[in-house]
Amino acid sequence: MAHARLTPRQYLILGLVSLCAPLGDTCLSRGMTGLPEITLAHPTSLFSAVFTPWIALGIALLIGFFASYLTALSWADLTFVLPATASGYVILALSARFFLHEAISPERWAGIVLITIGVSFVARGPSLTERTPARPQPPADLSNAAKEQLR
Amino acid sequence: MIIPFPAPQPGLWAASAMIAAVVLASTAGEVFTAAAMKSIGDIDKIRARSGLRGAVRAILTCPLFFAGVSFLALAFFSLLFALNHMNLSLVAPASASLTLVTNAIAGKIFLKEDVDRRRWAAAVLVCIGVYLLAH
Repeated sequence: MAHARLTPRQYLILGLVSLCAPLGDTCLSRGMTGLPEITLAHPTSLFSAVFTPWIALGIALLIGFFASYLTALSWADLTFVLPATASGYVILALSARFFLHEAISPERWAGIVLITIGVSFVARGPSLTERTPARPQPPADLSNAAKEQLR
Repeated sequence: MIIPFPAPQPGLWAASAMIAAVVLASTAGEVFTAAAMKSIGDIDKIRARSGLRGAVRAILTCPLFFAGVSFLALAFFSLLFALNHMNLSLVAPASASLTLVTNAIAGKIFLKEDVDRRRWAAAVLVCIGVYLLAH
């Protein structure tokens, strides 16, 4: 399954998917907790929340996430992309540990270990489900046509 | 989402309903988006052939993509709504981890992806891991 191997550029895109999503979520949470309560009686206040700085930054990061996510989904399975990009949570937790000197509880270490094992599981497998009328077809057709021309 | 939720801290049912809304909407959104991107083909190749504009046009002319985006938008606003009522430490891990498992199921049923034992194991491990890490 040589064609299932990812290129460095594709790894970079998966990396962007991993990092932009948790960072964006963190910004959104920071923005939302600072706001007054939003109720179903005033649903429009949810839309005005979009223009506060933390939420705007969160949305910008999530747009970056979405662009790379769409690119990843165009060449890999959903059930590959989702677990593979969960490593962002691990990177975020470890950077909080080493750069912000936040303590990591044993529970969180267990989470880090489980995600890392899960990611290594999918990363070893094929990134795209093999389908018979898929992309490998054209070169085969071409070579057949070429063979017939030779005959 | 017709039930008016109590203001201070939501009860178990209201909390479950908010998380279920996020999970269901994002699963539907991700399945539609994945189906759209598969029908379009490798975006990197399209971009190499007809530039960024060609790639954007290929995505924006795909109806499945809009179905996906609508559900993802619904998931996003239900997440914002839930975050305003509950802590991030509950909403984010619960919805993110459950979505991994519902997506594995939906990916197998609707996208006919080859969810082998390795992918099931990964979905379950990452699901528990995300929950433990973000909780």
